[in-house]
Amino acid sequence: MLYREAGQFKTNYASDLAVFPILQDRMGIAAILLVAFVAVPYFGNDFLLQAIMIPFLIFSLATIGLNLLTGYTGLLSLGTGAFMGVGAYACYKLETLFPGVNIIVWIVTAGFASAAVGVLFGLPSLRIKGFYLAIATLAAQFFLQWCFVRIPWLFNYNTSGAIEVGTHTLFGIPITGPNATSTTRYLIALSIVVVMTWFASNLVHGRIGRMWMAVRDMDIAAELMGIRLLPTKLLAFAVSSFYCGVAGAMLVFLWYGGAEADVFSINQSFFILFMVIVGGLGSLLGSFLGAAFIFILPIFLRYVPPHVGMSIFPATVEHITFMITGGLIIFFLIVEPHGLARLWQTAKQKLRVWPFPY
Amino acid sequence: MRMKALIIAAAIGTVAGSAFVATASAEDTIYVPLFTYRTGPFAVSGIPIANGMHDYLEMLNQRDGGIGGVKLAIEECETGYDTKKGVECYETVKDKKPVMINPYSTGITLQIIPKASVDKIPVLSMAYGLSASANGTYFPWIFNAPATYWDGASVFVRYIAQKEGGVDKLKGKKIGLVHLDAPYGKEPIPVLEALAKDYGFELVLYPVPAAEMLNQSSLWLNVRRDKPDWIYMQGFGAMNPTAVKEAAKIGYPMDHLIGVWWAGNEADGVGAEGKGYQSLSFTNIGTNFPVIQDIMKHVVSKGKTQTTKDEVGLNFYNRAVYNAILIAEGIRNAQKLTGKKVVTGEDVRRGLETINLTEARLKEIGASDFAPITRVTCEDHNGHNDAFLVQWDGAKWNKASENIKPITDKVIPLADAAAKDYAEKNAGWPKRTEACDKSS
Repeated sequence: MLYREAGQFKTNYASDLAVFPILQDRMGIAAILLVAFVAVPYFGNDFLLQAIMIPFLIFSLATIGLNLLTGYTGLLSLGTGAFMGVGAYACYKLETLFPGVNIIVWIVTAGFASAAVGVLFGLPSLRIKGFYLAIATLAAQFFLQWCFVRIPWLFNYNTSGAIEVGTHTLFGIPITGPNATSTTRYLIALSIVVVMTWFASNLVHGRIGRMWMAVRDMDIAAELMGIRLLPTKLLAFAVSSFYCGVAGAMLVFLWYGGAEADVFSINQSFFILFMVIVGGLGSLLGSFLGAAFIFILPIFLRYVPPHVGMSIFPATVEHITFMITGGLIIFFLIVEPHGLARLWQTAKQKLRVWPFPY
Repeated sequence: MRMKALIIAAAIGTVAGSAFVATASAEDTIYVPLFTYRTGPFAVSGIPIANGMHDYLEMLNQRDGGIGGVKLAIEECETGYDTKKGVECYETVKDKKPVMINPYSTGITLQIIPKASVDKIPVLSMAYGLSASANGTYFPWIFNAPATYWDGASVFVRYIAQKEGGVDKLKGKKIGLVHLDAPYGKEPIPVLEALAKDYGFELVLYPVPAAEMLNQSSLWLNVRRDKPDWIYMQGFGAMNPTAVKEAAKIGYPMDHLIGVWWAGNEADGVGAEGKGYQSLSFTNIGTNFPVIQDIMKHVVSKGKTQTTKDEVGLNFYNRAVYNAILIAEGIRNAQKLTGKKVVTGEDVRRGLETINLTEARLKEIGASDFAPITRVTCEDHNGHNDAFLVQWDGAKWNKASENIKPITDKVIPLADAAAKDYAEKNAGWPKRTEACDKSS
């Protein structure tokens, strides 16, 4: 009833090609941004910001990164955790070598280091596909994680082998380290994620995104149409790793405030891959939904029993959470194998014709 | 489907909303959160630790009505030994005004160290965490009594020197370090390297990647080739029993394999195969102590815990009881110093800094000969206390040596230098502004 496009006329090509052609969608996005930028930092407490929103944003960004590669270009990667690690360690090295430069610059620049490494490990993608490529990226995962542990230069010869984040400021306000409030760190993470999501949206809706999707759908056909496979695939690896690298740098600098190599283990890669699959392959919205589902849902489940007055032992809650989350993943994948994003699309379609479905 | 989805969404939304309504903690309790890991790959070690800490504090609640007449609100937060979940736990408990944090994971401790001074919550990482945080001048909010990993490694060196017949006999010996390839496992390397230089022994490193914990055969082939005279093991979880089994398989003399105190779980002995394997310890084993008897009487036999009878008195259980004794002493001292009944994190920081567990005091709390004499000062948040060895007889641990002093004249300067280095690397590390109290 409320959600329909009757009366909204498109008078030029630009408005016809818009990412959000319907007014209600644009209003919805504006409302979400308003809530995210104003309401959440204003009303949210430390727990909401530090334990839920900041990691959610960071994982969303990493999921977008992997989605560009796996969802849009059809190249399966298991090296996400390691690419995030490259971003984190690159940011740490840059930050300690050139402490005068603003940390936000380094967080974004770290993505380029990750992109370069991504291109290197993307090279086999021209010859191998599918599961075989997944194994090649698995090699990247193990090799890079080995580097994080064994190359002491990367963590500045720290005896504990961990990287630690000092205090950095922006306009005199601390934005990293223990003195930075969760609100400032949240706003910075949010700004980076919003800008990069907008950029990704433009990428996938433009020429490059279409090239990626053509390669995904059938690479021989794409080649026959004049798309050069190697540069296209490598570009996908570069952009994907860039996003993952920035997410990794944010993970350490805006969330953890220090990390050991173990953070970027194969588990992290799987974690992000699950977010992509549950959220929906080839959808930016799905990246956010997937990250919310995999990361936030267990946290909520953990806090249900104490809040309805049940006193269940925390370890038991942990086991139950595992089971419920697993069950819900299976449930959603059965109901909608194309992920949560597809579910949202279906809901939208039904809303448009409601209350007179045909 | 849409309807269903909406209902689910609404349910989740409601729960979400209610989750953020801050729960006001009762005024007349002291909130002590315990970070535990009863799930995950390290649960074998985590369960006795969680039980021991819980049971002692619960015993105080049952027997004495808490500390100084104030009940302790004990709450466990499950970390699964995962740093992510640990940080989440920290944020969860932070708003409820905890008097201290017991992270029980070196990884989580490293994350919390910079936050402690900002949030005014002391961190007690008992014999784990960052060795350098023993320095109270740089780390006023962090406590890691009774001994650091560096003390542990130096106790090992002093012990083998005794066995070899003097420090000068160590010259030319080959000493292996089998360690987990993670910050925790790498902790003893700097001190062993320094001692190797001074005493002229050769240090050979055998790192075990976390992913390869259960597959160490190639490493032990190297051990067989190198034939180190002694091996020190800084391992955790499934790595230890695997190493002990492999050592037995290659016929390595078991009493020459010595684990750090966290390599001394009952499961690490692996039955008859591991007979002779030794591990460091600073708390005694068994139930023959008044404090343990009290726990049996007031908590275990009343069913106020998950602990079963045969778990009481095991190595990690008793060590966790000692950890809880430190918690209680910190709170008790804080009450004494401030005259308040319900103390805050800031008070307890002062309380921890004045911990002085003398022989007489240990006797009072029923822990003489159970726990080490522990003294914490403003400058020294550790004590660098003695440790001894326990030996696996195929079924249980037995005390196997007298108390051995760590080589403090080597360890403390190293720790101080590392603390200074840490503060320098973390630009803007706060200078200590907290005043110093007289020891009680």
